[in-house]
Amino acid sequence: MTSVAHATPAHGEAHHAPMSFWRKYIFSTDHKIIGIQFLFVSLFFLLLGGLLAMQIRWQLGFPGKPMPGGGILPESMVVNGVILPEYYIQLVTMHGTFMVFFAIMPLLVGVYANFLIPLKIGTHDMAFPRINMWSFWLALLAGLIMLAGFFVPEGAARAGWTMYAPLSARPDLSGASVGQQLWSVSIVVLGLSSVLGSVNYITTIINHRAPGMTWFRMPLSVWALFITAILAVLALPVLQGAAIMLLFDQTIGTHFFDPVAGGQALLWQHLFWFFGHPEVYILILPAMGMVSDIIANGSRKPIFGYHSMVFAIVGIAFLGWIVWGHHMFMSGMNPTLGSTFMVSTLLIAVPSAIKVFNWMGTMWRGNLRFHVPMLNAVAFVSMFTIGGLSGIFMAATPVDIPIHDTYFIVAHLHYVLFGGSLFALFAAIPFWYPKMFGRMMDERLGKIHFWLTFVTYNLVFFPMHIIGMGGQMRRLYDPTLYNFLKPQQPLNEFITIAAFALFATQVIFAFNFLWSLKKGKKAPANPWEDNGLEWSLPNPAPHGNWERVPNVYRGPYEFSAPEAGNADFLPQHVKLATDKEPAGRLER
Amino acid sequence: MNGRLFSVIGGVFLLTVCSRGDDGAARAAPAGGAPASASETQAGATITGKVKFTGARPTNPRIDMTEEAACKAKYKTTPPTAETVVVNANGTLENVFVYVKAGLPADAKYPTPATPVVIDQDGCRYHPHVLGIMVGQSLEIRNSDPVLHNIKAKPVKNRPFNVSQPSAGMKTTRTFAASEVMIPLECNVHGWMNAYVGVLPHPFFAVTGADGSFSIKGLPAGTYTIEAWHEKYGTQTATVTVPATGTKAADFTFAAR
Amino acid sequence: MHWWLPPAASTFAGPIDGLFLAILIITGIALVVVEVGLLWFVVKYRSRPGRKAYYTHGSTRAEVIWTAIPAVTMVALGLVSNHYWGWMKQPDRVPANAYHLGVHAKQFEWRVTYPGPDGALGTPDDFTVRNQLHVPVDQPVAVELSSEDVIHSFFVPEFRVKQDAVPGMHIIAWFQATKIGEYEIGCAELCGMGHYKMRARVFVHTPEEFNAWMAQQVAGGGTE
Repeated sequence: MTSVAHATPAHGEAHHAPMSFWRKYIFSTDHKIIGIQFLFVSLFFLLLGGLLAMQIRWQLGFPGKPMPGGGILPESMVVNGVILPEYYIQLVTMHGTFMVFFAIMPLLVGVYANFLIPLKIGTHDMAFPRINMWSFWLALLAGLIMLAGFFVPEGAARAGWTMYAPLSARPDLSGASVGQQLWSVSIVVLGLSSVLGSVNYITTIINHRAPGMTWFRMPLSVWALFITAILAVLALPVLQGAAIMLLFDQTIGTHFFDPVAGGQALLWQHLFWFFGHPEVYILILPAMGMVSDIIANGSRKPIFGYHSMVFAIVGIAFLGWIVWGHHMFMSGMNPTLGSTFMVSTLLIAVPSAIKVFNWMGTMWRGNLRFHVPMLNAVAFVSMFTIGGLSGIFMAATPVDIPIHDTYFIVAHLHYVLFGGSLFALFAAIPFWYPKMFGRMMDERLGKIHFWLTFVTYNLVFFPMHIIGMGGQMRRLYDPTLYNFLKPQQPLNEFITIAAFALFATQVIFAFNFLWSLKKGKKAPANPWEDNGLEWSLPNPAPHGNWERVPNVYRGPYEFSAPEAGNADFLPQHVKLATDKEPAGRLER
Repeated sequence: MNGRLFSVIGGVFLLTVCSRGDDGAARAAPAGGAPASASETQAGATITGKVKFTGARPTNPRIDMTEEAACKAKYKTTPPTAETVVVNANGTLENVFVYVKAGLPADAKYPTPATPVVIDQDGCRYHPHVLGIMVGQSLEIRNSDPVLHNIKAKPVKNRPFNVSQPSAGMKTTRTFAASEVMIPLECNVHGWMNAYVGVLPHPFFAVTGADGSFSIKGLPAGTYTIEAWHEKYGTQTATVTVPATGTKAADFTFAAR
Repeated sequence: MHWWLPPAASTFAGPIDGLFLAILIITGIALVVVEVGLLWFVVKYRSRPGRKAYYTHGSTRAEVIWTAIPAVTMVALGLVSNHYWGWMKQPDRVPANAYHLGVHAKQFEWRVTYPGPDGALGTPDDFTVRNQLHVPVDQPVAVELSSEDVIHSFFVPEFRVKQDAVPGMHIIAWFQATKIGEYEIGCAELCGMGHYKMRARVFVHTPEEFNAWMAQQVAGGGTE
């Protein structure tokens, strides 16, 4: 161990009068507490999304058979244990909605943008702490409004998470009125939450980096969160606008999306996907950023091609604005637009490929440590590659003809969102857990959870490529009605059983997470021997982070640098004899 | 301050959204089978009559159920035809809804029968095709076919509903809160299926059957406007004065168009 | 149990299936490179006492190579794909001799309108059949899609044909069936609770059978 000056523990609390429990933990403006609040609420919605999925899988695996436990649901949803068709389409709609908007997005952004950004760039808190607090409470409110959909007459929204009009705009055609309206209202509130948070992230990163933390010394997690925030602040308002137009169609007699009185059905799709495509990059970029941090740590090597990685993030974000039409190849949109969107979509594969190769380059000739975060991060690379490659099939417009709106698409999106984003979260959560809670999650339980999840997850989603090729459409209550689908039903059954196993496995993660809060091993300040600024603080990090923000002397991934001596890591804030003081030191 | 405001808003929010709709899990007692009769009182006067049909008997189009094999199989001898105009052998019109439109005392209240009116989906047809029900009385919708039916009601004064019944033996119950003549019912899976429901606040209605006759019993003495409704030929009214007891006749005639 | 795309029954299937296979091979190679590479690294470079990681920040040459190869591959793929896409979807590429049918999608059925003996759609001898699409083999067929209410999608897997039917729009989807037999239409866009029930049968006839069926429909009078 080189002689490293440890940062003195911060005494941020000295600046405040003692706070009540409510101000400290519930209505907190501390970015770390807000991040943790997002964590608990989002994990709840992740569980809810999973429960909805289990019901979908029951019906697909055993169509028309009474579902165990179905009796607790009301007769408007389940009759004699059998899921009704109108409930089934609520299930698929709300599963997608909760997972995208209330689980993955807030887990990646609400949790980690809030928690990590000030810690990793070296500042006391976000630029606008109170707006940050509002961002959380609005997200929670939006989630409750969305949940209320199940409890209103006629039930929840049911036009798919993509909410295509005119089905979504016309209660006489969908069978749901209040539930559909609640979806629109919830989305507007959630959009506001997202925009408020993003404004904070952008401002904080631009203005509040510690002395010496230049742009190209920022960790990739921060770069990814920064670019994601820019995407969010530009994309969410488009969705909000569309949702308001939809709400007006549903309530006050406008016809934006209904051709019955001059509206256009395709307008909804353009607006939704103009938001929707940047949204999926919002759902993956933070995951990629955090995975970069964790793979460098696990490999004990600098990230391979750091600058390329930054440019790839920017490239993905930029190209992400001009590919939205690839969701609309079959929509009746002008086929020439299909050609142009195909080109941009095929091109966006390139920066993603660059990232995969750079992660491999990072591991190449490394000294790989397979702690639980590293296991999940490597799985991310492996699974995201499958998801990304399957995207190429649908990008090629003629091939999209047979596979659009089939389970091939469902396989693709789950490989990138689960195989990608969720595995990245399974890496990030234990990695930053000690900084959040002062304890380690159990390593052995983590490894068991990882292996069981990895195996069952692939057994669930890989076969979906096959049934999609066979033509099984999405959102289909009963595939056995079709002669061309009957032969594949055994595979549907197999997927269902694997899905039950996958869901059951998550009990291990939930237990580990909750149990470790009180019983986990107490964590040293830097248990992963990482270089980030956050590890210079005690666990859990105190309010205000540092008394005095540290100076930054180098990039974020100086693992195994010769200057590190015997240690194979060299934190950003550690000053060596050869280092010069950074410019711009202010007393703060 | 923040916390208290939030609790109030949250409480109000939860109170308002945690209300089940009016059509939740309510299940009427199983009915005896036949639709509820027009009136339950033995006393009172009766208006009776026939709905005649003049002119060329129209042919109702055949219904091709080939794409729903389970329903087609139920028609072994006679292929099904549409029920738009059903002229009986005796030259009368079936499926005419006859009811008291005006003349009842303004403050009269009639008890809602506890037994439900049953409508059955069998052979991909609604049975009956035209029915009457009282405000607040349960309509029990049954599916006797092993296929998906959805029952879509398109009322103007009442709350619309659209429910599915994917398998045989399923029963769903709905009620109507407002008087409305007539509410169309349709199945979106089988486009030829339709039915009509007349909702009234009193029990003085009838539907003509295979003999084209109707009988409205239990009326107090008075002068009434009776209306006869047919899905294609529209409505006709008649004014009938009845004494305290006894029977008065009122016939209607619809002409072919 | 089917493990592949459905049996080919139209002239589109050859190019689409061929393109699918080509993409499978290309992505398969990429997949093997990445997954085997990862597995190899995981084993070969795992931490052992006395090991030290190789300190490097990257290689510009590697970046250029693994940017250029995917980029060139994607461009080539795009060019080939676009060639077929235009043939299948551009309205001015619908064959002039195509037999036109009307398919009107509504919740929850397909109403197919045939042009009748005069062969022209929109004339009084047209007739409409519910949920049955009859077409002659080896003859281009142009389906004129419309919708009564919400967005549906006309999808026949064996023909490799799919096209959304959008209310307010009139869209032509064409195909040429190559195999006699019976197939199915599935609706490929969520359209409400009966979405799964929007199934129709497709019959590919010899020209003689098709004419016979047409004559029988015309003679038999209309159905509800």
